[in-house]
Amino acid sequence: MDATLKLLSLWSPGWGGVLLTGLLHSLQVAFGGYLLGLLIGTGGAAGKLWGGPILRDLLEVYTTVVRGVPELVLILILYYAGTDAVNHLTALIGLPSVDISGLAAGIFVIGVVQGAYSTEVLRGAILSVPQGQLEAARAYGMSPLLSLRRITLPAMLPYALPGLSNLWMIATKDTALLAVVGFAELTLVTRQAAGTTKAYLTFFLAAGALYLAVTLLSNLLIGLLEKRARRGLVRQGGA
Amino acid sequence: MSEAQNPATYVAPKARSLFEPHRLFLMAVAAVLVFCVAWFMRWDWLPRYQERLIYGIGETLLMLFSTAIVGFLFAVPLGLVQVTGPKPLAWAASGFCTLIRGTPLLLQLWLLYYGLGSLFAQYPEIRSSFLWPYLRQAWPYGFAALMISFAAYEGEVMRGAFAGVPRGELEAARAYGMGPFTLFRRIWLPRAIHRALPTLTGETVLQLKSTPLVATVTVVDVYAIISRVRQETFLTYEPLLLLALIYLCLTGILVFAFRQLENRIPTRGA
Repeated sequence: MDATLKLLSLWSPGWGGVLLTGLLHSLQVAFGGYLLGLLIGTGGAAGKLWGGPILRDLLEVYTTVVRGVPELVLILILYYAGTDAVNHLTALIGLPSVDISGLAAGIFVIGVVQGAYSTEVLRGAILSVPQGQLEAARAYGMSPLLSLRRITLPAMLPYALPGLSNLWMIATKDTALLAVVGFAELTLVTRQAAGTTKAYLTFFLAAGALYLAVTLLSNLLIGLLEKRARRGLVRQGGA
Repeated sequence: MSEAQNPATYVAPKARSLFEPHRLFLMAVAAVLVFCVAWFMRWDWLPRYQERLIYGIGETLLMLFSTAIVGFLFAVPLGLVQVTGPKPLAWAASGFCTLIRGTPLLLQLWLLYYGLGSLFAQYPEIRSSFLWPYLRQAWPYGFAALMISFAAYEGEVMRGAFAGVPRGELEAARAYGMGPFTLFRRIWLPRAIHRALPTLTGETVLQLKSTPLVATVTVVDVYAIISRVRQETFLTYEPLLLLALIYLCLTGILVFAFRQLENRIPTRGA
């Protein structure tokens, strides 16, 4: 017991600090990737709903491919392709090749994967806003952009939140896959700590507890958020 | 009645013809892209690895179906006790689901492989038992991790499916004089599976997409074969593109097969 505490201690001979830094990196990537995914998803949903036929088809290809190929494979492809593309670009401008930080590459990769899923979530949510509300907005003389900002986006939020919160959970867990490309997030530093000290069970269980804490805390916050977004709505499902 | 054209309604691309002008154009672009990929990239390694690739695909599918089937067998009781079981069992089941769904699969896999694996090696009783030749290999750990994860995710789905079977049907079965087991076997389980089938499709696709993780603990599936190709040929993109294509095809086949299955079950209305 004492030895375990010493291993997990926050200061130098212990690995607790390393684990927490790894967790911080994981959360950074998850948060950044999630936001990027939301951005892509908003654009994607708008494109699928109101875009031209070519844009719609291209977006369909994007979401189908991302949802049909394992995240691990996508991460490998995007990681290499992304860093390659940036280096080609800098070479084109005449700058020396840059070392892309694992953080930026990770956010990019998670964002592209999340974007496909949030496109579908947001598209479904926008479609479930009652037509009458949009017609009412139009009757008030609101321009499309104004009615998007004032009516569609706030009204779709309660429909989108369950899907979006689910995506956040997936984002936090997908960051673990970045261990495979050598990004020092929680899972990878855990394995390094475990490999160095040979205390495999201790460290993997500790990391599991950290991930679980993130999940449970997120669940709590999301519950509050959903309650707030649903205020004033008729409760669904009877009784 | 004339159909009013509503500009805001979304028409799914699939519902329209495949051969519209813009689509023909897109197909042409895609064909050029495929040609460029085939012509300008290196594919000469393909025949050498063909056999091993097919073996790897077989291994991936074996991993997928064995874990999905065994996992589903565990998911049924997991879902059932959460609906009707005694309170402590229900809490235990829902706690298990939360625990597994709240941590990354890669971490669970490494916990089993490195953690349990190193623990087993310390006990001479296990080392000398008949199980040891199996426990020394990697695939039991990969199988266990994937199976547990599928059971937890699917257990949650089955909980909803069991709870969603209309009360009246169960009461009717009881009125026919069916005992609890007959009722479960004839009415409750089939109806719940029927309700869960669309979600089951999604979960199975997710499971397929999780299988390459077992390659990180040295199980040889199609992902591991492609990694080998990348190491031996020093190519970055070609093997990965082929791998993505393979998984895309497998997903497509899986979704198609499940849709056939769904269509075979008669439904009323909707």
